[in-house]
Amino acid sequence: MTNPTNDTTIITTNIFKLLKENLLTKRMSNRVTELQKEFVYYTSSLFDQGILNDQFNHLQLLQDESNPEFLAEIVNLFFQDTQKLLDDLTKNLEQENVDFLMLDKTLHHIKGSSSSIGAVGVQNACVAFVTCSNEKNIEGCWRCLEEARNAYNVVRSKLDTLLKIEQEIVAAGGSIPKPSVEPDEE
Amino acid sequence: MAVDTQFHVLAVDDSIVDRKLIERLLTTSSFHVTAVDSGTKALELLGLQGNETRDSHHHDHHQDAEVNLIITDYCMPGMTGYDLLRKIKESESLKDIPVVIMSSENIPARINRCLEEGAEEFFLKPVRLSDVDKLKPHLIRSKSKVQYSLDNKISSYEIHDEVF
Repeated sequence: MTNPTNDTTIITTNIFKLLKENLLTKRMSNRVTELQKEFVYYTSSLFDQGILNDQFNHLQLLQDESNPEFLAEIVNLFFQDTQKLLDDLTKNLEQENVDFLMLDKTLHHIKGSSSSIGAVGVQNACVAFVTCSNEKNIEGCWRCLEEARNAYNVVRSKLDTLLKIEQEIVAAGGSIPKPSVEPDEE
Repeated sequence: MAVDTQFHVLAVDDSIVDRKLIERLLTTSSFHVTAVDSGTKALELLGLQGNETRDSHHHDHHQDAEVNLIITDYCMPGMTGYDLLRKIKESESLKDIPVVIMSSENIPARINRCLEEGAEEFFLKPVRLSDVDKLKPHLIRSKSKVQYSLDNKISSYEIHDEVF
């Protein structure tokens, strides 16, 4: 027993359902594209502002399906490590007798890890700090510490934002855009 | 008899960020990695291997624990990478393991000192994939030395003369 009206309704409902899904998929892929663009533009701006350098591109290339959290993991390790070291620098400078040897070692450490991340702003702040430390200029050191903290706070805030965009791309079913890197000079 | 052909690299670095990075670089290049934060811990790990290889010539039983290459940071508190390199080269059981030094500072005197002490390579940080690509020849050369001597039951000293 066929009921033409029922069949038509079913077919029409299915067509609408399909159109709705297609539109949703199109909207979703539009959203992914928008987010991917945002990711690329935002990263570029960090390079332009001298906050990140090419090393950050190399880190992005190390992230893939087998290790999709690598960037977030290494960036968060950098945050935890650097936060603690900046606090150590503060405690050291607050002492009656500043331990300049220790200051130098701590700065060397921050310089190294910021270099590995590509956080060139922090790296440069440390280079200036080392000079003040070598001159045993305590007042200069306090100024340098403030510079280093500022540079750190900036890169932390920017990378937090970048990682959020990354998460949104993944949540929307998209893939993270991969950068191109400068070929290494031998 | 299935032989594990994946090379095992021991990475030594006191910086947690750099350890994470070198671990990822090595894993991406298909190495099996163990990362430690000091020269002392590295020697502990190697010391166990040293005891085993002294007792037995059958390396394949200890494939998992066996270290095929050591890559270490130069500047570390306590035992520096140079100190570690020296200790390894002074050890009968460990001296044939290739050692690579990493440093954030480009100091020619430092580099030469390490190479003279027996380091295979010196990498300037931050280390890149192109650097890690340079490791495979060192590993293949040292591993085939061991394999050849096991297969043919000839002492590695004789092979040294013949092959090289």
